[in-house]
Amino acid sequence: MMFDRIKEKLEILADAAKYDVSCSSSGSKRSNKNKGLGNSDGMGICHSYTEDGRCVSLLKILLTNHCIFDCAYCVTRRSNDIQRAAFKVQEVVDLTINFYRRNYIEGLFLSSGIFKDPDFTMERLIQVAKKLRLEENFNGYIHLKSIPGTSDELMREAGLYADRLSVNIEIPTISGLKKLAPEKDHSDFIKPMEKVKNEIIQYKSEKKIIKSTPIYAPAGQSTQMIVGATGESDREVMLSANHYYKNYNMKRVYYSGYVPIRSDPRLPSMGSQVPLLRENRLYQTDWLMRFYGFKVEELLNQEFPNLDIEVDPKLSWALRNPQHFPIDINRAEKEILMRIPGVGLKSVSKILDARKYRKLNYGHLKAIGVAFNRARYFIICDSRGWESSDLDSGKIKSLILRNSVGKFRKEYTSQLSLF
Amino acid sequence: MLPTTSLNYDGTFNGLLTCIFTNYEEKLKITSINPPDIKNGDLFSESREVITDTSKAQRVWKAFKRYVSNKSLKAVYYAYLSENPGIELEILKYFQHTFQHKKCIHGDFANLNVLQISQTAKKVGREKHRMEAFVRFQLTKDNIYFATIEPDFNVLPLIKKHFTSRYSDQQWIIYDTRRKFGLYYDLQKTKVICIDFSEKKDVPAENKNFFGNTELEYQKLWQNYFKATTIKSRINTRLHNQHVPKRYWKYLIEKNSLSN
Ligand code: SF4
Repeated sequence: MMFDRIKEKLEILADAAKYDVSCSSSGSKRSNKNKGLGNSDGMGICHSYTEDGRCVSLLKILLTNHCIFDCAYCVTRRSNDIQRAAFKVQEVVDLTINFYRRNYIEGLFLSSGIFKDPDFTMERLIQVAKKLRLEENFNGYIHLKSIPGTSDELMREAGLYADRLSVNIEIPTISGLKKLAPEKDHSDFIKPMEKVKNEIIQYKSEKKIIKSTPIYAPAGQSTQMIVGATGESDREVMLSANHYYKNYNMKRVYYSGYVPIRSDPRLPSMGSQVPLLRENRLYQTDWLMRFYGFKVEELLNQEFPNLDIEVDPKLSWALRNPQHFPIDINRAEKEILMRIPGVGLKSVSKILDARKYRKLNYGHLKAIGVAFNRARYFIICDSRGWESSDLDSGKIKSLILRNSVGKFRKEYTSQLSLF
Repeated sequence: MLPTTSLNYDGTFNGLLTCIFTNYEEKLKITSINPPDIKNGDLFSESREVITDTSKAQRVWKAFKRYVSNKSLKAVYYAYLSENPGIELEILKYFQHTFQHKKCIHGDFANLNVLQISQTAKKVGREKHRMEAFVRFQLTKDNIYFATIEPDFNVLPLIKKHFTSRYSDQQWIIYDTRRKFGLYYDLQKTKVICIDFSEKKDVPAENKNFFGNTELEYQKLWQNYFKATTIKSRINTRLHNQHVPKRYWKYLIEKNSLSN
């Protein structure tokens, strides 16, 4: 291997790939048959963390950053004056295998700028995955980017080797997309998504009848949206996310706070802050939707189109809906317990277990790991009193804020001052 | 008042189970159970050596198994691997509780003993995951992928399965330098080994001569990759250190600067 040359390419093509926030390597199941290399056991492993606190689990690179398109929000766009590079198929295979054998990574996440045309590009990506699976007997995780506009035949083939496929929708609203990527058509994004969805459905039904049906994209598909580039509201973002979860069976939707990369009148100015806190609140909302039984309209609606930056969305919902509280810890059903601020899914299952043995009081709840500072105003249990019986929502909020040392306290005091 | 006893055992799991058996067989009142190197007996209790007896150990384990869920079994074993001072006595209490109530007590988190066992087990579990994530193999000139670790708890027995099923087409060694034993996979199966690293230059990780040139080249590539993948405008050191506490950095090639 020509290490110097590879090193240069790796720097350029890793740098260009880093704005894709997805690094998940979970949700697949590939066992290591016939003494091959690697497995994916459902739970992805984070092998390291970048200094910005993100999990490093996959070798995330572009095959090339040559691109025929000129999307405003993308560093790889053709009008950008940057160094260009391209890996050979075998080079990517060798890097992946050698990193994997040293336990640096769970697998590969391969994306690419579009060179020549979508099918030509997608075919190269597939070649890498195919080589890894067939020649190297590699059972680690492979995530391929579905190139917008790729033909159905190629999307079918991609899923035979990849664990996950993703198309990044990038801009949450169609009007925003028109403005920032005028050469691209919304339907180019939807087409491969639709194909992958249908293949997965078909695989699942055929699998029931014919055991040997070849496995198709076992970790499903995901997408990413950039937030804060086109002035969209949180409600628009979450409605859009919900649309993709529902209609394309997305495993995950990722939200990526826009990182200013150029000055362009259509985009936030250079030097404006990455909306990290907003991004975090969107993820919390996403979780509430997927795992806590909340509907988008409960958390975001016409009267309340943007999330409260100061408090988490569940607490914010509870403060707006005092009529649902207090909740009796020792009696309420699971779905109701999940709605208490400061009580996560783990605490819920612990409460359900522990209350079989005895009635729970404040001390027990603290020991179990409930965020008591938030929960106390919304519950009754085997301790005397209900903390908020004579407090209104505004009071509760200020009490909670006063006593909390939020993760983002520092960031948001500086961000708040900008509003 | 019953005289109290403190037991000394050989530090193995079967040894601990033998102590628990002895406790029931002889109706003792035990104040401490000590692994080798730690003698905790106080002046007022009689100190005794317990010889590990696999069949006694099996009997206790079987009886315990009858009442409890897999979660409980796992929690007890993980807690034992923590090697925390005094954990043996907590495990004994956990058995006593279970036998007394004749049912699984795993979910009774409002009981301090149960909570302690489950929290300790959780910490051990976390260390297991960390080791699965942070082990960094280096390829020696003899074609063995070699890594040393120094985990807070004795997790080598727990990570064996993961590495054996993942890296089944390469020879590898993971060596615990604190506990002085390791795992060696020889392409057939994974065995426990002891190596004498009495001199520092014998430790592969300390001596570059064990490795070929390509090994260093790949390490450099990985370090470069790691640098390139960070988004500067998002740097968040607090979050980062929370994910990778400083004491784990020594394993991570990407954290050790390119200069050496
Ligand atoms: S097509 Fe993809 S790589 Fe090319 S400029 Fe648009 S977003 Fe960037």
